[in-house]
Amino acid sequence: MADQTLHRTVERAAREDGDAPVVQPPATRSGVIGWLKGNLFNTWYNSVITLVLLYLLLQIIPGLIDWLLLSAVWEPATAEVCRAASGACWAFIHEKYRLILFGTYPYSEQWRPTLAVALFLGMILASCNRHFWKPWLALAWAIVLLICGTLMYGGVLGLTQVPTTRWGGLPLTLMLATFGLAVGFPLGIIMALGRRSHLPVVRLLSVAYIEIIRGVPLITVLFMASVMFPLFLPQGVSVNNLLRAQAGIILFAAAYLAEVVRGGLQAIPKGQYEAADSLGLTYWQATRLIILPQALRISIPPLVNTFIGMFKDTSLVIIVGLLDLVGSAKAALTDPAWRGFYRESYFFIAVIYFVFCFSMSKYSQHLEKRLNAGTRR
Amino acid sequence: MRLKSLLAAGAVVVIAGSALPAAAQGTLDQIVERGEVNCGVTTGLAGFSNPDSEGNWTGLDADICRAVAAAILGDAEAVNFVPATAQQRFQVLQSGEVDLLSRVTTWTLTRDTSLGLNFAPTTFYDGQGFMIPKDLGVTSAMELDGATVCVQPGTTTELNLADFFRANDMEFEPVVIEQLDEVNAAYFSGRCDVYTTDASGLAATRASVAENPDDHIILPELISKEPLSPAVRQGDDQFLDIVKWVVYALIEAEEYGVNSENVDDLLENSSNPVVRRLLGASDELGGHLGLSNEWAYNAIKQVGNYGEIFERNVGSETPLNLERGYNDLWTRGGLMYAMPVR
Repeated sequence: MADQTLHRTVERAAREDGDAPVVQPPATRSGVIGWLKGNLFNTWYNSVITLVLLYLLLQIIPGLIDWLLLSAVWEPATAEVCRAASGACWAFIHEKYRLILFGTYPYSEQWRPTLAVALFLGMILASCNRHFWKPWLALAWAIVLLICGTLMYGGVLGLTQVPTTRWGGLPLTLMLATFGLAVGFPLGIIMALGRRSHLPVVRLLSVAYIEIIRGVPLITVLFMASVMFPLFLPQGVSVNNLLRAQAGIILFAAAYLAEVVRGGLQAIPKGQYEAADSLGLTYWQATRLIILPQALRISIPPLVNTFIGMFKDTSLVIIVGLLDLVGSAKAALTDPAWRGFYRESYFFIAVIYFVFCFSMSKYSQHLEKRLNAGTRR
Repeated sequence: MRLKSLLAAGAVVVIAGSALPAAAQGTLDQIVERGEVNCGVTTGLAGFSNPDSEGNWTGLDADICRAVAAAILGDAEAVNFVPATAQQRFQVLQSGEVDLLSRVTTWTLTRDTSLGLNFAPTTFYDGQGFMIPKDLGVTSAMELDGATVCVQPGTTTELNLADFFRANDMEFEPVVIEQLDEVNAAYFSGRCDVYTTDASGLAATRASVAENPDDHIILPELISKEPLSPAVRQGDDQFLDIVKWVVYALIEAEEYGVNSENVDDLLENSSNPVVRRLLGASDELGGHLGLSNEWAYNAIKQVGNYGEIFERNVGSETPLNLERGYNDLWTRGGLMYAMPVR
């Protein structure tokens, strides 16, 4: 800041003098060339890396553009037309996008998951705005979730009932991820606090829970929930498969989020605890008003990291027979008439995953900036 | 106090999400009460059970589910398809999540005896084979010593492969990949020399994934018998009988030339006592199964006979392009032989 002001003052002084013309820095130090020289070719090894990468990009990009755009089949066509073309077969996506997005949900009823997803995403967008962070937002969420659930399951208001075995695609992925994180997060906070508790039983239970769940892969948790758990139930009693998988994801997310939050808790200086104590606040008051707000703010980057990871990990539910976005994309590939277009199928869902994950990442950066406004140096 | 109410809320959630059928009720009664058959299928296997573009399950296995629904409820569409992976399929049957497992499952002694299930008659006779690129110059599975073999896990396929190589004192290096498309990709990209799975799967893959199907040969040796059969829970003989005789009825219908198009005409006009018994024009065979007398008529009318089901899903007019082979009627040299419906 100060440098620039000084620079401008000097410049202005030079102009006012009239006799000394303003000399621009040499072309090799400014503009595009200057930037290139400063960033890409500043040392001999950076120059080599730049050239190698440039060569690789030149090798990849033209072919990729050709495959993605130029030689691709864009208009609706048969699989034979697609196989004859050298580019991507977007006709496959045109044919299958509803199966990929909604799985085996009844075709004529697919306006229901569409509406549910739209409502849901609208609600998430609205929740991103900090002005709406009021108690009534929780009520709004409850109402929207009730509407979404009614739309998906039906059975009332003249909507035909759709069993959860027919749910699939994007609504399923969003549902598993959102509930997994929304329920897992508070559970994780409790575990994190429990692990730092002075009460030995609470601490031991929290440590045992976190370490056991973190010690096994998500696939194992899902398998336990889906295959082992029903064997413990009495004959004839069954808990919905989707509910079991959802519970598994919640338990898993909670353990990971607990450790993230604990990292935040450890970063709070001891003085903050002592200040809270000296104000006469109880443990819960201190935690709620002083410790957690700071700890969670510090934890935003790793929290979002875990959120994004969990969002993508929901794709593992395919192993317990749930057709989430990845599962339905794979199922779309099994149509005998349309086999072999897996590049297009995976590209399509990759774009969807990217949009969601990138939005999460961008929003967290924004949030971090806003919440850290007071401490920025 | 607070903890108690929390626990109570949890219990309500669990019970709300669960089904509590009366333990004494048979599978048939449950199906009639529910109004649909819960049928376990794959998460997607071309020709046997895969969702079409509108999300409807199609395929040979799916059609067996439909035939059972038509026989019991008179409506072939009264099926709730439950996708199940290879690892969880027996558990979903045992726990009662499905009534019937129609999911390319090989009938073996251990499965029949130790998993608490019973098999209905085979709906597709398959066998495990090997596919290799033609330019390797191999003509017999006996020449595969030292080969890298692509195989899917968790099925009898992996076991058969190991047995075959051990029995013939040969070495092999397995490349185990779960997903069908990825196994295919691994084989066609040259990551393994050999691809092994059921011969029907090899033919289908060669027909639809290979850039040039003529570049690959399926070796003549079939190293296993894979009778793919529907399965039901053990201990409910009535329902086992129903599934068993629905399958036999579909085969019997083909043998006697009854199909979905001429079934109405034959019901009215046929003088053949076998056909009349099958379609319920004479005798009371449905009653023995606990079904209406139109049980076989409904299945044939709405789904078709076995030959129609085969041709529609995996036959020569489909991309899978499978020969009838073992799956032809016994009268034409195949293994499809229905016990007499009388």
